[in-house]
Amino acid sequence: MTLHRRSLLAAPALLGAAALTHGAAAADPFKVGFVYVSPIGDAGWTFQHELGRRAVEAALGDAVKTSYVENVPEGADAERVIRRLAQDGNQLIFATSFGYMNQTERVAKAFPKVKFEHATGYKRAVNLATYSGRYYEPRYLTGIIAGRLSKSGVIGYVAAFPIPEVIQGINAVMLGARSVNPNATIKVVFTSSWYDPGRERAAADTLVAQGADYLTQHTDSTAVVQAAEEKGVWCSGYDSDMLKYAPKTHTTAVEMHWDDYYIDRVKQAIAGTWTSGDVWGGMASGMVRLSRFNPNLPAPLLGEVAAKTEEIKSGKLVVFSGPIKDQSGAVKVPAGKALTDPEILSMNWFAEGVQGKV
Amino acid sequence: MLDGFALLALLVATLRAATPLLLAGFGELVAERAGVLNLGVEGMMLVGAATGFIATAATGNPLLGLLAAALAGAAMALLFGLLTLTLRANQVACGLALTIFGIGLSALIGLPWQGTPITGLATVLWPGLDAASPLVQQFMLLDPVLWLALAAPLLVSAFLYRSRPGLVLRAVGESHDVAHALGYSVLRVRYAAVLFGGAMSGLGGAYLSLVYTPMWTENMVAGRGWIALALVVFSAWKPGWLALGALLFGFVTIAQFHAGALGLDISPHLLTMLPYLATVLVLVLISRDATRLKLNAPAALGKPFTATG
Repeated sequence: MTLHRRSLLAAPALLGAAALTHGAAAADPFKVGFVYVSPIGDAGWTFQHELGRRAVEAALGDAVKTSYVENVPEGADAERVIRRLAQDGNQLIFATSFGYMNQTERVAKAFPKVKFEHATGYKRAVNLATYSGRYYEPRYLTGIIAGRLSKSGVIGYVAAFPIPEVIQGINAVMLGARSVNPNATIKVVFTSSWYDPGRERAAADTLVAQGADYLTQHTDSTAVVQAAEEKGVWCSGYDSDMLKYAPKTHTTAVEMHWDDYYIDRVKQAIAGTWTSGDVWGGMASGMVRLSRFNPNLPAPLLGEVAAKTEEIKSGKLVVFSGPIKDQSGAVKVPAGKALTDPEILSMNWFAEGVQGKV
Repeated sequence: MLDGFALLALLVATLRAATPLLLAGFGELVAERAGVLNLGVEGMMLVGAATGFIATAATGNPLLGLLAAALAGAAMALLFGLLTLTLRANQVACGLALTIFGIGLSALIGLPWQGTPITGLATVLWPGLDAASPLVQQFMLLDPVLWLALAAPLLVSAFLYRSRPGLVLRAVGESHDVAHALGYSVLRVRYAAVLFGGAMSGLGGAYLSLVYTPMWTENMVAGRGWIALALVVFSAWKPGWLALGALLFGFVTIAQFHAGALGLDISPHLLTMLPYLATVLVLVLISRDATRLKLNAPAALGKPFTATG
């Protein structure tokens, strides 16, 4: 049982701490729980949430007591874990993976006094808020980099599942790449797992064998950028800076920064001003960013990316603005129009140039 | 569509995907032919993967890493042997416990090493091949472990069917009482078979952490140990069928990615199912005759041995 190994180890320490502080006048710390879908590791989706948790501890000190459970599979197990965190007295619980949505909703109903936050989901309640980042904005920028660097014009994309969050990223890379190379295409391989280094590696190898000379990923391990480094093709990572795994070929990565959001929400919950809602932060808010660039990238390209970054931040460049065609060539977004947030959130079609099936 | 270049890549990728299954599968085959059912393959692979990675990161020598992985796998198997052979505990329960133990132990010892970059095993070029040619560079990524995995079916078959110790091992698996009456040491044979199985599982795990994806992450074997176990049973304990099953599983695993990358009109969910579906289908066809399967199964499989008389 990997789920509770650390919490079991921590239990005696917690009891000891509780015994020591018993009788002291200090107010009980505000308890915040986190549920992670994969091991923390030192890069990736879960690691970024962990950085957010550590930031909360650093910012609020003794006022909070945070805990986490890592490697919780999406599905029935998740409900048990979330329920347990609620029963253990956590007053605010962050469920950090899309697949926890229905479980979080059920537990939220059962614990109306506990506040819940679900990342990347769309089901909300009085005590259940959702939050996510506009990953597609920095994705668009990596598309520009890919379009400029790829010689074959074929970009290989290792993706986990064909859900809107992933499809947004694929389409954004496609639009970014086509903005500088109208003939660019994307080949997509789905691994049906957020975290399986072996499958990600095999998928990356396959894409290179089929002519891709720029790899990117929407999965959580570093296997794809390692494969790119070995094969000598450019790549961009996801979630965290993965430069150290591919020092020669990693251009940049789409990075999440949850620190500010988590600190704000915990402060609000302590102050009693927390309300449910939906936050979708873009590059302007700093929730999503590009990580440091590879020193080998040409200066003109860096300048171009910097200029486009400013355009996105100022709202001058809107990623999903028309004209956009879908795979069949039909106009999906007419010129002069842009997709609304609900339309982006329910995206279930590939843009022209993407090969693969939703 | 696929050209010659891509087909070669498909072949190499298939071999790489099948390597951990071949290694762990043939280790388990030998153990089961000696009458010992060790369900701890997944755990032994994980401990092998973690130990191999740590040894490589610490010494910088992947060959030492492989050696450490084999020894660690064998050490896990020794623990299993002590419980089931010497103390005659239930093999199924101990095997499951070994897997759970291995998952936890590998995560614990591997924790400080997560994210450490290592240089994986160097590839071996066939003599006469031009290392500068892009074809060779891109696709001849064949390493010594892979060659060992490919040789395993031949070596194990030769041992089981063409050598006297192999005959003794099979006899122990069929009827330990008869083998004992003939004067063979049942426990010694079984310990050797179980240790061999552990070492092979450790190598299979190390292939993942040293060659396939040179990194350590918790639970990185991701169920391949269970696949290897299932392959042994479904292949009716025949080395040829086992090799075929492992290669087939590897092939369909890779073929699904190729189908996806080619943009074929197939649901990715169906593609993910394919390796399991294809392997189960083929192996069910192989083993559809229940009596033959029963005849092929080592008769003393899973039964504890007590010396009498």
